[in-house]
Amino acid sequence: MSQFKAADFYQIDDLFTEEERMVRDTVRDWVTDNFLPVVEEHNRAGTFPMELVPALGELGVFGANLEGYGCAGMSSTANGLICQELERGDSGLRSFVSVQGSLCMFPIHSYGTEEQKQKWLPGMAAGKLIGCFGLTEADFGSNPSGMLTRIEDKGDHYLLNGSKYWITNGCIADLAIVSAKLDGVVRMIVVEKGTPGFSTNTIKNKFSLRASVTSELVFEDCKVPKENLLPGIEGLKGPLSCLNSARFGIAFGAVGAAMAVYDEALRYSQNRIMFDKPIGRFQLVQNKLVWMVNEITKGQLLAWRMGQLKDSDRLHHTHVSLAKRNNCWMALECCRLARDVLGANGITDEYQTMRHMCNLESVITYEGTHDIHGLIVGREITGLDAIM
Amino acid sequence: MNIIVCIKRVPATDSKIKVGADGRSIDPAGVDFVLNPYDEFAVEQALKTKEQLGAGQVTVVSLGSADAQKELRSCLAMGADAAVLLDDGGKPRDAHATASAVAAWLRTVPHDVVFCGKQAVDHDDSQFAGRLAALLGVPSVTEVVALELSDGTFRAERDIEGAREVVRCGTPCVISTQKGLNEPRSATLKGIMAAKKKPLETVAADVPAPGVEVVSLELPPERKEGRILGSVDELIAALRTEAKVL
Repeated sequence: MSQFKAADFYQIDDLFTEEERMVRDTVRDWVTDNFLPVVEEHNRAGTFPMELVPALGELGVFGANLEGYGCAGMSSTANGLICQELERGDSGLRSFVSVQGSLCMFPIHSYGTEEQKQKWLPGMAAGKLIGCFGLTEADFGSNPSGMLTRIEDKGDHYLLNGSKYWITNGCIADLAIVSAKLDGVVRMIVVEKGTPGFSTNTIKNKFSLRASVTSELVFEDCKVPKENLLPGIEGLKGPLSCLNSARFGIAFGAVGAAMAVYDEALRYSQNRIMFDKPIGRFQLVQNKLVWMVNEITKGQLLAWRMGQLKDSDRLHHTHVSLAKRNNCWMALECCRLARDVLGANGITDEYQTMRHMCNLESVITYEGTHDIHGLIVGREITGLDAIM
Repeated sequence: MNIIVCIKRVPATDSKIKVGADGRSIDPAGVDFVLNPYDEFAVEQALKTKEQLGAGQVTVVSLGSADAQKELRSCLAMGADAAVLLDDGGKPRDAHATASAVAAWLRTVPHDVVFCGKQAVDHDDSQFAGRLAALLGVPSVTEVVALELSDGTFRAERDIEGAREVVRCGTPCVISTQKGLNEPRSATLKGIMAAKKKPLETVAADVPAPGVEVVSLELPPERKEGRILGSVDELIAALRTEAKVL
């Protein structure tokens, strides 16, 4: 297949700095050269390409927007573009990097002690230590404050009990950033692999994010050293700030997935002959392609503006909700239209569209569902809370 | 060791080229420009040479417009120490003018070896390395596929018709790089961040008048659509009467 051509109908490229474009192009090439040749085999097998993790570390995508401790210290917009390019490959790849950077390195960087930062961040930036983030429980998804996982203070250590569900990278992680209640207040604590009382189970038979590991974390009288509690934050705003950072990446990432399937459908429409004409000659097909490029352009502009707001410290979490909600939705719709353009061929994994479509069913659900983000924006504009 | 790498910004080889309104140059609109692929081997070799020596300075230089800063930055992101844009002021150039302008600048800076790609994939002149070496009065080795440095002497291998030639060459010299010499590294994100802090200087270039002028540029004619014939007889008839090759 010839080289991926990124949709840029509105010359949005000009809005990014030269450095941001260079970062994006570097990651784009990396994904083309290293990830795309292996993604379908991993998707079929239901495995993540762990063999690529050291190279991802060397490339510098883990915690790329963080300063120091071996991190690249890039702008948030650059970090968003990294997510866009990773998700152009697969949502599972972007998820891996989002979990590592936004959900695990970010809280250690923001709320950890100097010792905690020194202990974990350089290894995580290099991809030598893998993190996972335990907030969601089987019965507490959109309502995380109801979580049952508990931390008890036992004097010289903490005792952790409970379980976490739908945890990306759980079974392959070296450390878990777990949210649990200590005296009724949500705290974040680092639990290292091998800690007695900590075990994981793989969630199997997924239709979605197959090239990504999803797990259950189980804590049974798990003894955690006191120095593993992140001291700098209390309450649900700790994990929510992590999610906000990850959602920022998702809003960019979904654009990448949409660009991938649009490119595939566009090429197909120009080459697939039916009734002696390329199917792109037909009005109904053109209408689908136009819908895609139209929504992708809007999604690109939303993501770009969100990056601007974040880099100038004016970003509100409701801005992120709107962008995450819109871009996941539009990317999923693009997949459905692209699959339609691809006809029967689109249901096989010779084409990437259906893989992206299945993945996006997770992406539109995790880190705040489409509806919950709608209600967050609704609460912001009306001043009336419809969530609870 | 002072290592110089000469690079060029060229249209990506998968770009769809259109001839510009002047009929003598390409229309840059909608064309992706990249670092000349053969120059990537030159940058990589320069970086490897510096790494082998454990000391030295790699300076990349490009003659052209401010647009070439992007390609220079990408070389800095790969690991080069400094970059120089020789601003050609938009003057028309041929291979001699290009080599003369770069040679004039090189005479003002210390240099032990100059690396460059064996050709630029836009005009495909393949003249630069030889002309530059001649103007500087130093030896040149072209289309190198293997290179070793010991005690200040390069041992270079070249693929020639039906054989592999091995040559030795002292410094200063000009070496042009061929595919197969090395595997160019990618920039890393930290490299891109570090590149921001590295010097990128612009120097007005001294470009002499060109002796060769591009008169016109034409795209090759579009290939006609193929045709499937029903029988061997029809094919033979077509070869006789239409193609007139039988």
